[in-house]
Amino acid sequence: MACTIIAVTEQHQGELKKPGFEVISEARRLADGCGGKVIAVVLGSGIDGLTASPAHYGADAVIKADDQKLASYHPDYYAAVIRNAAESVQAGLILMPATDMGKDLAPRVAAMLDAGLAQDCLKLELKGDVLEAERPMYAGKAIARVAVRSKVKVATLRPNVIAAAAPDASKSAPVEALTVPDTAAKLNVVSVKKAEGASLDVAEADIIVTGGRGMKDAGNFKLLETLAGILGGAVGATRAAVDAGWRPHADQVGQTGKTVSPNLYMMFGASGSIQHWAGMSGAKCIVAVNKNPEAPIMEKADYSIVGDLFEVVPALTEAIQKIKG
Amino acid sequence: MKLIVCIKEVPDTETYIKIGADQKSINEANVTFIMNPYDEYAVEEALKIQEARGGEVTAVTVGGERANDTLRTAIAMGVQNAVRIKSEQFVSDGLAIAKAYAGVIGGMGADLILLGKETIDDGSTQTGPMLGELLNLPCITMVTKLEIGDGKVTAEREVSGGVETIEAPMPCIITAQKGLNEPRYPSLRGKMMAKKAVIDEKDGAMDAVQVEILEMKSPPARGEARVVGEGADAVPELVRLLKEEAKVI
Repeated sequence: MACTIIAVTEQHQGELKKPGFEVISEARRLADGCGGKVIAVVLGSGIDGLTASPAHYGADAVIKADDQKLASYHPDYYAAVIRNAAESVQAGLILMPATDMGKDLAPRVAAMLDAGLAQDCLKLELKGDVLEAERPMYAGKAIARVAVRSKVKVATLRPNVIAAAAPDASKSAPVEALTVPDTAAKLNVVSVKKAEGASLDVAEADIIVTGGRGMKDAGNFKLLETLAGILGGAVGATRAAVDAGWRPHADQVGQTGKTVSPNLYMMFGASGSIQHWAGMSGAKCIVAVNKNPEAPIMEKADYSIVGDLFEVVPALTEAIQKIKG
Repeated sequence: MKLIVCIKEVPDTETYIKIGADQKSINEANVTFIMNPYDEYAVEEALKIQEARGGEVTAVTVGGERANDTLRTAIAMGVQNAVRIKSEQFVSDGLAIAKAYAGVIGGMGADLILLGKETIDDGSTQTGPMLGELLNLPCITMVTKLEIGDGKVTAEREVSGGVETIEAPMPCIITAQKGLNEPRYPSLRGKMMAKKAVIDEKDGAMDAVQVEILEMKSPPARGEARVVGEGADAVPELVRLLKEEAKVI
C-alpha cells in the first residue's frame, strides 16, 4: 500500500520541538516501508524560519499554515488545518507527538475523519491496510498491541521513545501554504499564561528529577530545580507532593498523573508506590535516593543510594556540575 | 441547568495488573473496580453547579452489568439520574465509545457535558474531544478551574508549563483534570438511595469498532537493582555509573 503520511509538528516560542522531529523520523521509516510520502505540517504565526528543518528529518513536502490565529494552540483551528491538510493529500495516516497538544488535537481530527486513533504509541508498524501500534494501558502496567483498521488512521507517538533521525541539512522540500478556515472556532482562547520557572513538560523531558513526600515542603524543591537545571531536565512530583500543594498537577508522574519514558529518572524521598511505578517504569535508567532501605523502590531502581536526600542532592548537584563543566 | 457526566469503571489504582488467559485483556479475578478518578472530579463539578444553579445531573456510562455499581456510586454522591449504555465487551476504540455516547446524549438537551480528562485503564484521552466533534459542541480538555457565566463557561487548563484561559458558549463539553475540585465521599443516605435507584439501561450502537486489541503483555522486565552505597559518600560512584555504564548524563 502506497501511503501518504501527515507528520504534525509542534512549535514553541519560535522553535520546532523535538517530539515533532521524532514524529517526522518515524513517519519517514513507515513511509519507506510502503513506498509512501511524508508531508510535515507546520502551524503557527510568522513561521517562515521553521519550514526548512522538517526536510532534514525526512519530510518530502511541507504544508505551512501561517496565521495569527495559529500563534498558540487553538484546538478548533488546529484540527481544521490538519483535517484540510490530510484531505488535500489523501493521507492514510496522521502522526502527531503525544504531547499535551497532540493528545488534545488527535481525537478531534480522528472524529472529523471517522478515523481510529491510537494514543501515546511506543511502536508503530504498517501491515497492509492495518496500523499496528504498541501502547501502554493501565498507565504502563500493561502494554497492548492494537490494530487500527479504519481507512484513515491517527496515532500519537510518545516523546523520547523513538529517537529522531540525525538531521541532514543538505535536504530540502517544497513548501505549500494552507489557509485557516475562519468558521472553525467553537471556543475562544482568551489568554495563555506561561508558568513560572522551567517550561519543559515532564512528558517531554529526557531527564526527570522527581521529589516525593520526603521533600518535606515546597521550598525544598529548589534543590531539585537546581539539579534539573544543570541536567537540562524537568522536575516531577509524586501524588503525595502534589496533594500537599508543593507542586502543580501538571508535574505529577504516575497512574493519576503522567506516564513518562525519559532516559534518566531520578527520584528523591519517594517510596515507589505501585501507582507511581506504573507511570515511570518505562524510564531507561532509574535512580532512587531514600532514607529507608526497605522502600519498595530500592528493589527496583537501577541504582540507589540509601541516605538523606538533603545531603545527597547537593553533593550530586556539585558532582554533576563538575562533569558538565 | 441540565448536566450530564460520562463515567467509567476502572481497576482500582492499587491493582497489580495480570494479563488474562486470552492474552488480550487483563485477568479480572480479585480486581476491585472503582469510578475512574478523573470522572470523580467531573461528577463533583456537576453537583457543585447543580447545587448553585438548580437543575439535574445525569450520569451516563458505557459498560456491562457490573458498571451499574459505578453509576450507583455517582448516585450516592448526589447524581439524580443514571443511564447505562449496554456494552458487554471492553472496547478500546475511543471513537466507537464516543459514538455510543453521542447517540444517547445527543437528544438529551444538555447544557453542559462533563467527563474525566482520561480513563486510567485505556489512558487514551479521547472520548471528550471526539464527542465534541460528533455533537458539534465546543470541548475544553484538562480543565482545572471552571466558571459558569451567562450562557457560557470560562475554563482554565494547565498544559505544558502554562495556563490557558478558554471561553465557550453553552452547550459545551469539558474534561476534568486533577485540581478542579475535591470530590465528595458518598453519604450514608446517598448510599441507601443508590441501592434502590432505577438505572435506565439502553441499547447502544457499538458496531463501528475500528481499533481492536490484538495482544496484551506485561511491561518488559527491568535489569537488576543495585544499591550503590550510603549517603553523600556514594555520590561519586553513582555519577560514574550514570556516565560510564548507563551513559545517561
